[in-house]
Amino acid sequence: MDATTNGRPAHGVLDCTRPTRDTLCVRLGGRWTIHEELPSTAQVQSHLDVIPPVKRLVFDGQDITEWDSGLLTFLRKLGDLCAQGHIEIDYSGLPQGVQRLLRLATAVPEREGARRGHGRIFQQVTAVPEREGARRQAVRESVLVRVGKKTLAILEATQALLEFLGQAAIACGTLRRGRARFRRADFLLLLQETGAQALPIVSLISFLVGLILAFVGAMQLRQFGAQIYVANLVGLGMAREMGAMMTGIIMAGRTGAAFAAQLGSMTVNQEVDALITTGVSPMEFLVLPRLLALVLMAPLLCIYADLVGILGGAVVGVGVLDLGPRQYYQQTVGGLHLTDIIVGLVKGTVFGIVVALAGCLRGMQCARSAAAVGDAAMSAVVTAIVWIIVCDALLTILYDILGV
Amino acid sequence: MPGHQQAHIAVQDLTMAYGSFVIQQDLNFTVWHGDIFIIMGGSGCGKSTLLNHLIGLKEPAKGDVWYHGQSFWTAKPAERERMMRRFGILYQRGALWSSMTLAENIALPLEQYTALTPGQIRELASLKLALVGLAGFEDYLPSEISGGMQKRAGLARAMALDPEILFFDEPSAGLDPISSSLLDDLILELRESLGATIVVITHELASIFAIGTNSVFLDPETKTMIAQGNPKQLLAESPHPKVRQFLTRGKEHA
Repeated sequence: MDATTNGRPAHGVLDCTRPTRDTLCVRLGGRWTIHEELPSTAQVQSHLDVIPPVKRLVFDGQDITEWDSGLLTFLRKLGDLCAQGHIEIDYSGLPQGVQRLLRLATAVPEREGARRGHGRIFQQVTAVPEREGARRQAVRESVLVRVGKKTLAILEATQALLEFLGQAAIACGTLRRGRARFRRADFLLLLQETGAQALPIVSLISFLVGLILAFVGAMQLRQFGAQIYVANLVGLGMAREMGAMMTGIIMAGRTGAAFAAQLGSMTVNQEVDALITTGVSPMEFLVLPRLLALVLMAPLLCIYADLVGILGGAVVGVGVLDLGPRQYYQQTVGGLHLTDIIVGLVKGTVFGIVVALAGCLRGMQCARSAAAVGDAAMSAVVTAIVWIIVCDALLTILYDILGV
Repeated sequence: MPGHQQAHIAVQDLTMAYGSFVIQQDLNFTVWHGDIFIIMGGSGCGKSTLLNHLIGLKEPAKGDVWYHGQSFWTAKPAERERMMRRFGILYQRGALWSSMTLAENIALPLEQYTALTPGQIRELASLKLALVGLAGFEDYLPSEISGGMQKRAGLARAMALDPEILFFDEPSAGLDPISSSLLDDLILELRESLGATIVVITHELASIFAIGTNSVFLDPETKTMIAQGNPKQLLAESPHPKVRQFLTRGKEHA
């Protein structure tokens, strides 16, 4: 395979002759490598079409100076053409290495039914017909079919969701009986990750939300000289709604994605399979500590968010509206009732549960590839946020009915 | 064999370390053109680490690697990348790109470094897959095939550009005996037909004796090489008990 020839190396040349009536001799010469412009099989095809029909194809490869996979793919295509035309092909005129590699390429016959898409089979000795239905659909399905398939997919997804919720409920029951098996160390670490390590971002966002609420409210209330009521606005707004909502969304993006990625990677690495075959329930070992951690941390973060939000409002009240700090404090305390705080806490806890379940569900449903882990994380965040808003709406209606 | 042969890879005073933790030191050996060079040694002696040093993934703590007389590690990064283009590497677990089909995996290096049309690239990919016994699986994703098949697809990808040097990290791990023997045939064929030099990390004694022409034996205890040469000669003549034990699968007791 060295490139020494006299003068300039010629790139691959092709020549066809008919030594006998039914034999075509293909003479190849020069450099047949992937870095050259190589002749196409169409040249040979045109000779094959000439009457009288060709029954045999032979090669003369003496003048080939250099070759690599470029020659091999050309020969393979030629082999396909001959197989289709029922022409016998004799490779003995080619360099030894070429013949050996071609033999290697056909040593393992193509598995029946394996091929997808448009492709031709090289095996000319035992031409295996393509299995019925193996080819992937190239036809676009009608709208009706797609609607039908989508509906079925939604039903399947709902069933999977209900199964998951059911298993989670059973695991909670086991927990209540004190028999749930998960590691204390894992649980404590989760508490730290979901609670303590979330404080900086919760602080920042709640502070700014309180600030914004106060600002927006102040613009309107000022017109009536009623700016003192900014304290009520921020207090009630944060306690009843925004504290829980902001905490929920932060947890969805931060913790939900993390849970999905953790459990997704474990699924890909077969760690979940290993748990199952060891007799440890993945629900109890993986999902339960995460659920528990968020049930404990979400209300705490919610209260914290409420306080920091009120602080943000106070900054606007005292700094911009020239209210006295004491005044602001008393107005806030006066306007807020315990009910309001509990209303927000219940919402916050519900949102925490939603985030944990969404994250764990998507993680366990993860397909086995690197891309799938990313998809699982993304899906967890979207699912969590959607369900947070839905639960928020439902709870608000419920509170209205209950009159709280 | 040396003499009229050219050195393809020369390793000189190579020391490999992670920080202050030394893996292997003072490695000196030569891989000749057309060698099928086996890197052997007990578990944890640093075979994969040595491979990483040869292919540009980890810088040596000391020493250098020379390709065709050109220094690899003192060259500029751009020059080193140019040299790396002449390698084909099969990683221990295949390392296929999981979001691309097998054909796309093989096509990527071809798209990068050649001016071929998409049709030609697809034909080439098809050929490489047929050579490793995976004809028909062009449109499958790595997650849809077995571990052994992923390995073979990784090998097809390593061969994409018909490289001059091929590096195989445990190529027959996870392969059935027939595939393993076909793989040996393929390796020998690649050497004969394409003139490739091949560096293999392997434990499989059958393969080592069937195809190995030169080798180096790394020892995790002394953290250096304790033998080099043709595996069959090492089996017959090596003074080192560990080497003989390895090559007889523990049957010979020191």
